[in-house]
Amino acid sequence: MIPPSFEYLRPKTIPEAVKMLEQHGAEAKILSGGQSLIPMMKLRLARPGFLIDINRIAGLSYVKEEGGYLKIGGLTREAELEASPLVRTKYPILLDTAHVIADPQVRNMATVGGNLAHGDPANDHPATMMALGAQVVATGPKGERVISIENFFLSLFSTALEPEEILTEIRIPMPPARSGGAYFKLERKVGDFATAAVAAQLTLDEKGICQKVGIGLTNVGPTPVKARKAEEFLRGKKLDEANSKQAAQLAADESTPSQDLRGPVEYKKGLVKELTKRALSRAFERAGK
Amino acid sequence: MIGGNEMAKKQTVHVKINGQQREADVEPRLLLVHFIRETLGLTGTHVGCDTSNCGACTVVLDGKTVKSCTMFAVQADGAELLTVEGLFREGKLHPLQEGFKQEHGLQCGFCTPGMLMSTYVLLQKNAQPTESDIRWGISGNLCRCTGYQNIVKAVQYAAGKMAQGGAR
Repeated sequence: MIPPSFEYLRPKTIPEAVKMLEQHGAEAKILSGGQSLIPMMKLRLARPGFLIDINRIAGLSYVKEEGGYLKIGGLTREAELEASPLVRTKYPILLDTAHVIADPQVRNMATVGGNLAHGDPANDHPATMMALGAQVVATGPKGERVISIENFFLSLFSTALEPEEILTEIRIPMPPARSGGAYFKLERKVGDFATAAVAAQLTLDEKGICQKVGIGLTNVGPTPVKARKAEEFLRGKKLDEANSKQAAQLAADESTPSQDLRGPVEYKKGLVKELTKRALSRAFERAGK
Repeated sequence: MIGGNEMAKKQTVHVKINGQQREADVEPRLLLVHFIRETLGLTGTHVGCDTSNCGACTVVLDGKTVKSCTMFAVQADGAELLTVEGLFREGKLHPLQEGFKQEHGLQCGFCTPGMLMSTYVLLQKNAQPTESDIRWGISGNLCRCTGYQNIVKAVQYAAGKMAQGGAR
């Protein structure tokens, strides 16, 4: 499969890339890891006239804690996230997530920023970032602006990024003590999109009562789903079996999957329920450590 | 108008592939796998599914495995590449190639170049992988013949051989 012809541009700095976006507008696409964009171009579902390759821009790839946030550079590869000692020791939910994205070769190229900016509800980071209450930094002609992840996904493949903006950083508020999170995904085989997946993040008080609750769902709606009712229900409660079951039911009710090759609606809702229970239980376990 | 089928401006791509410096002028839309096979004439790298699933097109780019069907040649400008042709050195098969032969790690052989490149990097990072490390390491490579059992044995054979000093 040969993609349509395009003009290839390779900026060295972010301002240079933004200028190119301003110049070429909707005809241009940012090429990050390319692991979603290039397949779409090969299938001719995407036909950008200009590809702006940001891979040579220095300083866009990092994972660090700073000013109360875990900051992830937009160009950070999934493999780099997986290998980050900080992620491995303090953010197991991110490790859970990166680990089940596609396969090793794809993770060597694919970027965290791209996983979000693509706006695909089947991608894995959106649900996790929803659970973590993350923010994304968009850099455009007027400088940077911060967008809450809750307001980032507008519709299928559509995000709050303006045509001349680039997703340059992801910010995750550093979780307080007694916090933990987990991501559970069911995929038919390695490399497939999730049939369904659930991210859960909890912060407990001294008595083990849920103070903060974040629950995000993958591939069960036209956009990634923040399971608000389930979150609200659990807040101020203990995660016992009955409460976990009730929260899981609420999350399943909030999902709007469609029937496809991966299964019927009923099955996917059932999966959300089960995966929510498992994610909550693992998050609880990790919060206690 | 761009975004159609007419030719865009060609760009020069320089790569060091299997130790050799090569360059060519290519259309930006040329995929790395076609650059390797057709422009450079190295047909050991295979096009399998052409959709980033099977891993038959796996090559090593600056020390990391990538699927060369899901990357443009222009992106590899300035990079160092290793393909299956680069494993055969000084008239000798790489221990992995020997392992695949000894342990019957292939039947039709179509996935083998990709398997070799993935496991080459795996053994560089982890000289004594467990069975689960090996299976995880080849999780981006599909084989429809062997059932993977003998591929795992082939990698174990190579790891053993390299530990005895056949390493490179």
